Amino acid sequence: MVDTTTAIEIADAVRSGTLTAADVVESYLAEIDARETDIHAFNLVLADVARERAADVDAQVAAGADPGPLAGVPVALKDNLCTRGIPTTCSSKILGDWKPPYDATVVTRLRDAGAIVVGKTNLDEFAMGSSTENSAFGPTRNPRDTSRVPGGSSGGSAAAVAAGFAPLSLGSDTGGSIRQPAALCGTVGVKPTYGAVSRLGLIAFGSSLDQIGPFATTVEDAALALEVISGHDPSDSTSIEQPSLDLRVALDQGVDGLRIGRITDLPSGASPDVEARLDAAFDALAAAGAKIVDVEVPAFGYGLTAYYLIAPAEASSNLARFDGVRFGSRVNAPDTNQMYMATRTEGFGDEVKRRIMLGTYALSAGYYDAYYGRAQKVRRLIARDFATAYADVDVLLTPASPTVAFEIGDKASDPLAMYLCDTYTIPSNLSGDPGMSVPFGTGDGGMPIGVQVLAPALEDATMFRAAAELERAADGGAS
Amino acid sequence: MTIAYVNDDDFAPSNADHERWTHNGWEMVVGLEVHVELATATKLFSASPNRFGDEPNTNIDPVTLGLPGALPVLNRHAVELAMRLGLALNCRIQKSTFARKNYFYPDMPKAYQISQYEDPITADGWLDLPDGFRVGIERGHLEEDTGKSTHVGGAGGRIHGSDYSLIDFNRAGVPLVEVVSRPDIRHPDQAKAYASELRAILVAIGASDAKMEEGSMRVDANVSVRKPGADFNTRCEIKNVNSVRSLGRAIEYEAKRQIALHEAGEPVVQQTRHWDENDGKTHTLRSKEDADDYRYFPEPDLVVVDPEPEWIDRVRAALPVLPAARRIALAEATGQSVDSEPVLLVVERDQDRYVLDAGVAGGDVALALKHVKEAPDTSATVPVDRLAKLTTMESDGTITATQAKTVLEAMVAGEHEADPEKIAAALGFEAMDTSELEQMVDAAIAEQPDAWEKFCAGEGKAMGALVGAVMKASKGQADGKAVTALLQQKKP
Repeated sequence: MVDTTTAIEIADAVRSGTLTAADVVESYLAEIDARETDIHAFNLVLADVARERAADVDAQVAAGADPGPLAGVPVALKDNLCTRGIPTTCSSKILGDWKPPYDATVVTRLRDAGAIVVGKTNLDEFAMGSSTENSAFGPTRNPRDTSRVPGGSSGGSAAAVAAGFAPLSLGSDTGGSIRQPAALCGTVGVKPTYGAVSRLGLIAFGSSLDQIGPFATTVEDAALALEVISGHDPSDSTSIEQPSLDLRVALDQGVDGLRIGRITDLPSGASPDVEARLDAAFDALAAAGAKIVDVEVPAFGYGLTAYYLIAPAEASSNLARFDGVRFGSRVNAPDTNQMYMATRTEGFGDEVKRRIMLGTYALSAGYYDAYYGRAQKVRRLIARDFATAYADVDVLLTPASPTVAFEIGDKASDPLAMYLCDTYTIPSNLSGDPGMSVPFGTGDGGMPIGVQVLAPALEDATMFRAAAELERAADGGAS
Repeated sequence: MTIAYVNDDDFAPSNADHERWTHNGWEMVVGLEVHVELATATKLFSASPNRFGDEPNTNIDPVTLGLPGALPVLNRHAVELAMRLGLALNCRIQKSTFARKNYFYPDMPKAYQISQYEDPITADGWLDLPDGFRVGIERGHLEEDTGKSTHVGGAGGRIHGSDYSLIDFNRAGVPLVEVVSRPDIRHPDQAKAYASELRAILVAIGASDAKMEEGSMRVDANVSVRKPGADFNTRCEIKNVNSVRSLGRAIEYEAKRQIALHEAGEPVVQQTRHWDENDGKTHTLRSKEDADDYRYFPEPDLVVVDPEPEWIDRVRAALPVLPAARRIALAEATGQSVDSEPVLLVVERDQDRYVLDAGVAGGDVALALKHVKEAPDTSATVPVDRLAKLTTMESDGTITATQAKTVLEAMVAGEHEADPEKIAAALGFEAMDTSELEQMVDAAIAEQPDAWEKFCAGEGKAMGALVGAVMKASKGQADGKAVTALLQQKKP
């Protein structure tokens, strides 16, 4: 039963020669074959590419070489990560059949570690959304209940891991796009410290907020994946000059003496089942020896509004390059301006257009100070308030999502309700701090609930230390 | 970019002594914005070559083309060259940031230009013109160049009405520094001198080849007019000025155009105007009302540039001697004024060291300056000790000034190993001894007794005939001064 093993078990077996990468890949491709029609996790399944790559890995093992810590491990990539010669769509029509001439740094690092890319996963167009319904190629469904959304925007990557299509996947998180779908699909999902993972080759949404991170079925697998993809990249000027994160050492340390913060002025809005699991999480960590400390983060509640000015502002600029001139789709018209308009009208979906307009407005002459400028001040306040809180605690616990997965179509016509999905995840994007969602039981309808662990910048290992304890408690306890 | 000028008067008090251009009682107020392509090996944010004249779209890469997922990485050498320029312009070097200037244009790959907006790398300095006029420098900031569009079909090479456009992205991402002056300039000649001096500095510090004709230095002029001492009026920005000479013409035309409007009681509309070299006029390019809202905001893909003091000190220490100081040195050594034509020209041509070296080699620097100014190829062809030798022969009367010029021509042409003695000998310019010359003078006196009498009576004009006769007899080899001296001696 390959589909129940972890990435670490697979890599160990492939490296030691007890399992071939080819068998691993066939097993996962069979799983994809069986259920992908119902789930639609992928925009593109790379069966042949994966088979060829598996043969390479097996050849390396046969030759006595070590393919790396992810030897033979299938990985699904969010389709906003550039893959050389392989279409990269952002789930948008505007990219057409564009094939990047380069791999994202994370893709290179995965390959160098022996991993095997099995497909490109669906997302809300340009990572804008919380349900993966805003895809030009149709929605992804939650593997736990296919009438429900998987969350978003990295819904395809979350669903791929939850459905057993791959033991690992990568997503991107601008305001919660890894942590919220991880919570809704019942997987581990990590947004590392901003700058810990190179953004080179990630098609930008909000550049100052975007960060790539892993989905996995276990905290340890997520730690390994993050160790592989993190570390300084001179090609990304915002990449932190430090070596790869060292995370797995922290997993068995326990939480004895660790100070866990409970935010007393957290915005309300979480449903009772989510609140109950959060309380249970505090109890579990306290039982394991952690100290629960009440703290305030007054600006936390302003995160959402600040985010919906800053992220669209950056997006309005980042997405301006999709003009039909050099790559992607083009709708011809009598002159250049009409060509721009026709191409962008045809190529972008409604949510993307909405955010481009929001961002353009927020940056316009006469409005900049009141909107973008004000939002940047709030951003600094949030960072300051987090820093103050972290003087007293090592990590913070919050819900990852206010509710369990909702029905497909429920919020499709109400953008504001959709935006509220990211209330608890957005502030750490604004501050640049790490956050992760760990499955911690189930709630309404038997759907998974995730608890979010937050930590100060570069304290990703401490975050993993608390997450590992939550995982042990969730496995041991009933919900 | 356009800077909102404050309404203050001249930057330097001593500027008041300089001549101002006026027309019907109006004066011009001019500030210049100069874009300079930096002489780096690679582009501002990528590793593609920064090279002019290559096949279109060969010096490109994902960053240059603004492909999705590409990220800029700042070129350290470009920062260093901008620092050099800032220090040469007496500016401070400061912590700086990049911003995005958003607008759609086909040759602008990302649909935004990365430029320094609020915090330029260098600010608040000045540039002294050779005649001492001081022009304030507002700022110098780094930014990337755009690609180059060629509009095919239609009229006037404009995009509107063309059949199609070709884009060459080789230039996209080439590092630029934009140097923005304060609105201190009051005369077209000052604008020309500013452009020339800035160019000389750029070349001297190795920051750019600064060729206006090739576009590696592009000068835009902000021009307004006013009654002296009155508030600043609405200005227009003049683009497409492709030579120093055109700069002066364009500014003067534009000032007169605005004066005519003011005098007719018509408004001067703030706009960008295009200089047309052919008709010698400026034409409306776009008005402020159609100007884009660039929606500047901090570039999130780059971090703050904050050169450490040690780096700034190193750059400062490595600055070469600047043209102004070189002009002073050359002027002092040759007895010329700093803004005399030979001094300006020879320093501009980077030949001042050569001239001074002729002095070190025992020659006459003033004569060396004269020769090098008149024969620009000298420094490239004649070893400095040979030039020194020539000036010595000239100064001690071995050969005449006229002969020296002829000898130098032969030296430049490489004859007789550029040895002035051998050349003089070959040309028959052998030192004419005094007795030989005296015989010729005596002969001239004997042949023209009338002229001699008049000369002795003090009629200056008569000397010409006598000297002329000697020159004729000597076939032009006699030194006019020596002949005159002999005639004077022989006067009773």
